[in-house]
Amino acid sequence: MIWGAVVVGSVGVYLLKLAGLSLPGRVLERPAVRSVAALLPVALLSALVAVGTVDGSGGITLDARVGGLAAAVVALLLRAPFVVVLVVATATTGALRAVG
Amino acid sequence: MTGTGSDLRRVRRDALGIGVYALAFGASFGTISVASGLDVLQTSVLSLVMFSGASQFALVGVVGSGGSALAAVGAALLLGARNSFYGVRLATLLPRRDVRAPRSLATGQLVIDETTAMAVGRDDVREQRYAFWFTGAVLFVLWNVGTLAGALFGRAVGDPASLGLDAAAPAAFLALLWPRLADRTSRLVAAAAAVTALALVPVAPSGVPVLAAAAVPLLAVLDRSAVRS
Repeated sequence: MIWGAVVVGSVGVYLLKLAGLSLPGRVLERPAVRSVAALLPVALLSALVAVGTVDGSGGITLDARVGGLAAAVVALLLRAPFVVVLVVATATTGALRAVG
Repeated sequence: MTGTGSDLRRVRRDALGIGVYALAFGASFGTISVASGLDVLQTSVLSLVMFSGASQFALVGVVGSGGSALAAVGAALLLGARNSFYGVRLATLLPRRDVRAPRSLATGQLVIDETTAMAVGRDDVREQRYAFWFTGAVLFVLWNVGTLAGALFGRAVGDPASLGLDAAAPAAFLALLWPRLADRTSRLVAAAAAVTALALVPVAPSGVPVLAAAAVPLLAVLDRSAVRS
């Protein structure tokens, strides 16, 4: 099942990149299409943050990840680089689990 | 004006700077991917063939939370759709032979956020083309080296949750989202998408809440067009 997702997803994303180069640009240049395309990553990333922080066994679970994400927000407000944000979130979550 | 030696040197310096970042970013991806249940080979295939950070993180994020293969592919494709728009832009900058088969098969693989930003940011044709290919080649190599190193590290870690590695994926999504929240519309869409997804978590199969959030920008834009007309 994972292999199926890896292969189909990889080929699909590659074809999307190729399509922009090869197709006539008219369809993609319509303002409404451009607006949706610009906001799609925002919506998906936001949903992935929310779900990844609190999902657990078929429902919403509040655990140490919430503390880790709060620490990540602080790191981002302090303009920390990407990897530092991840390390802060991971270390905070791990530490909360160790003491909790 | 044609690109001079010092202009191209500046392109190389900028590209290598982004490359160092890609190495670390790739290592984070490799670690998270293995912690999400993919093996080292699957992780490397994603970085070699998909080669688009946000899509890769989304795919392993959905797999890691128990989502179906279909939902994982859907999330990756929806995030990858922005690359099509970069391609339209790059097709007007790059020489025709780069955007025609067979060379387009290689060009296409390098159409991502960073290469587009590097090429579009130059005003000389030779520099644009150089920036695209040089940045693309550096990123492709370092992203894949980083991925492999991260995946091997991830495999060496016994229990990802005890180290808090299950928080790394949402933190990565947050870091990718952060710079996109500059305007009010984006912040509203982000909030509505998060609420939509969370409301569906208890009732929908894993992966579906994330895909459902893709409807939010569609509705937002339709609504705005309706108001305007």
